[in-house]
Amino acid sequence: MHVPDGFIDAPVSVATGVVAAGAVAVSLRGARRELDERTAPLAGLVAAFIFAVQMLNFPVAAGTSGHLLGGALAAILVGPYTGVLCVSVVLLMQGVLFADGGLTALGVNITDMAVVTTVVAYAIFRTIVKLAPHRRRTVTVASFVAALISVPAAAIAFTAIYALGGTADVSIGKVFTAMVGVHVLIGIGEAAITALTVGAVVAVRPDLVYGARGVTARPLEIRDSPLAPAAPGAVARAEAPAAEPATAEPATAGPTTAEPATAEPTTAEPTAAASRTPEPVAAPRRSARHVWWAGLAAALLCAGVVSFYASASPDGLEKVAHDKGIDQKEEDHAAKDSPLADYGVKDISDARISGGLAGVIGVGATLAVGSGVFIVVRRRRATAESGRV
Amino acid sequence: MGAGHAHKLYREGRSPVHALPPHCKIAAVFCFVLVVVSTPREAVWAFGAYAVLLAGVVAVARIPAGYVLRRLLIEIPFVAFAVLMPFIAEGPRVEALGMSLSESGLWSAWNILAKGTLGVAASVLLASTTELRALLLGLERLRMPSLLVQIASFMIRYGDVISDEMRRMRIARQSRGFEARGVRHWGVLASSAGALFIRSYERGERVHLAMVSRGYTGTMPVIDDVTASRAQWLYAAALPLTALVVCLTGWMLP
Repeated sequence: MHVPDGFIDAPVSVATGVVAAGAVAVSLRGARRELDERTAPLAGLVAAFIFAVQMLNFPVAAGTSGHLLGGALAAILVGPYTGVLCVSVVLLMQGVLFADGGLTALGVNITDMAVVTTVVAYAIFRTIVKLAPHRRRTVTVASFVAALISVPAAAIAFTAIYALGGTADVSIGKVFTAMVGVHVLIGIGEAAITALTVGAVVAVRPDLVYGARGVTARPLEIRDSPLAPAAPGAVARAEAPAAEPATAEPATAGPTTAEPATAEPTTAEPTAAASRTPEPVAAPRRSARHVWWAGLAAALLCAGVVSFYASASPDGLEKVAHDKGIDQKEEDHAAKDSPLADYGVKDISDARISGGLAGVIGVGATLAVGSGVFIVVRRRRATAESGRV
Repeated sequence: MGAGHAHKLYREGRSPVHALPPHCKIAAVFCFVLVVVSTPREAVWAFGAYAVLLAGVVAVARIPAGYVLRRLLIEIPFVAFAVLMPFIAEGPRVEALGMSLSESGLWSAWNILAKGTLGVAASVLLASTTELRALLLGLERLRMPSLLVQIASFMIRYGDVISDEMRRMRIARQSRGFEARGVRHWGVLASSAGALFIRSYERGERVHLAMVSRGYTGTMPVIDDVTASRAQWLYAAALPLTALVVCLTGWMLP
């Protein structure tokens, strides 16, 4: 989404150029504090990495593919200042060398994609990491959320710049809806890839993940040599590698873990789990239950709280139908007199509370039906198997 | 980094444009694009004049026109966006080719297409007549912070190395029978990206140590400083100044 020349008018282009220059100057100072004289080679190599990783294609489905934008990833891996610098340099080189993004739009592009994305992502990441328990999974989850929000945030920033100096005669509302809508989708992909990548780095070199410093640092652990005369603990530890595949397998292969990131912690701590508990099979079940609870909490949060702020205007399809007069023929829904009609609880006057309550009830009902079906199916399968035996 | 590593976009040549000091060229191109962007979109003839000016530079630089046109293809994504514009913009509508198009949308589409194309063409000209190292030197001469120039030069220098590393990882994945087909395979690709980051970072540390052992103290020595004479500045300024005259005429004329 590199902005070309002529999309934003000259005064606003110059103004954003000043903003971008200021941000880069601050980042230069900050990066020198973070990396001292190692700044140039390290930031240069990380910029080259961002440049390369933007060319890595992630297939989505049916021939389409996406690629990483890298702002959130850079912020989490090397810190906000260096992150801003790296992405800015990538944008600068893309503009000057490859004519990708206009020269006068460089300020817009840097403000939007380098500064807003990186700063928003890092702020969210640090907040989550600080509040949540200091574990490796926290880092993965925090990078997911940070990347997820940073991309639409950049879209919002772009809309703001467009509102100030856009040359096209398209209403702000339309631009906002289109940009944020598309970038929420892009953000989901970005979030998944960022979380997986950060997870991969944390698993191997946790010390390199700038945002996770002080989180993943484990106290020094003194291990006795396996050759030392039979310490009782040594036997258990020697068994740990053998137990590893057993713990790892169900978690990765299980159909319930839709997101590979959740499998990460179980594979990561087999030694600890194995030396503590003799039966390693317990681990995946516990993690599945965690996923279940987290999912329930997220769904309730979305339904109950986020819907407070959801737009009261009809959604896309309803609006199109309304505009085109399709809905004139529409008959009233059979359930329109139900207590939850039109996503609000009947006898509660406050629209927001009512909507939120309806959301919570809806989640509960869906969950009840879904769990019911699941339990019935499982029981039937169990009886069928026992019947066969 | 061995010899002869000009970037792929550079075209070797011995023209007056090639011979200009890089910072003059960068400044000229930047001013030219700025002038183009601030031209009123109703002055259609002005954009024609700009195109003629650029064509003149192409001729002086002795770059084949086909090459420039081929490089212009990079703007296709936003051409698609510009084509959409007449359909989604507001305002009074006109009938054309049996479709109802927004009048201001047509103007916006023209605006973005004309200015964007001219901007891309100017950048392509700059990149194809200036060597990469000279480009960085020019940016430094234009008072870009030297640390930023260093970062950019390391990025350019090692960009190919890192890309090659990524290519080798891809070949390694493929030779083990892996083919990324959907979201399920993101984990593998992402761990490659993670490994690539670790390798890049560690390479950065090694590069830094190698530099320190050769006496690096935070600044790069300038070996070949370029200076520009007044005549060279004037020569480079011909393009933006003519464009400025065109732009001002565009504003004067109703």
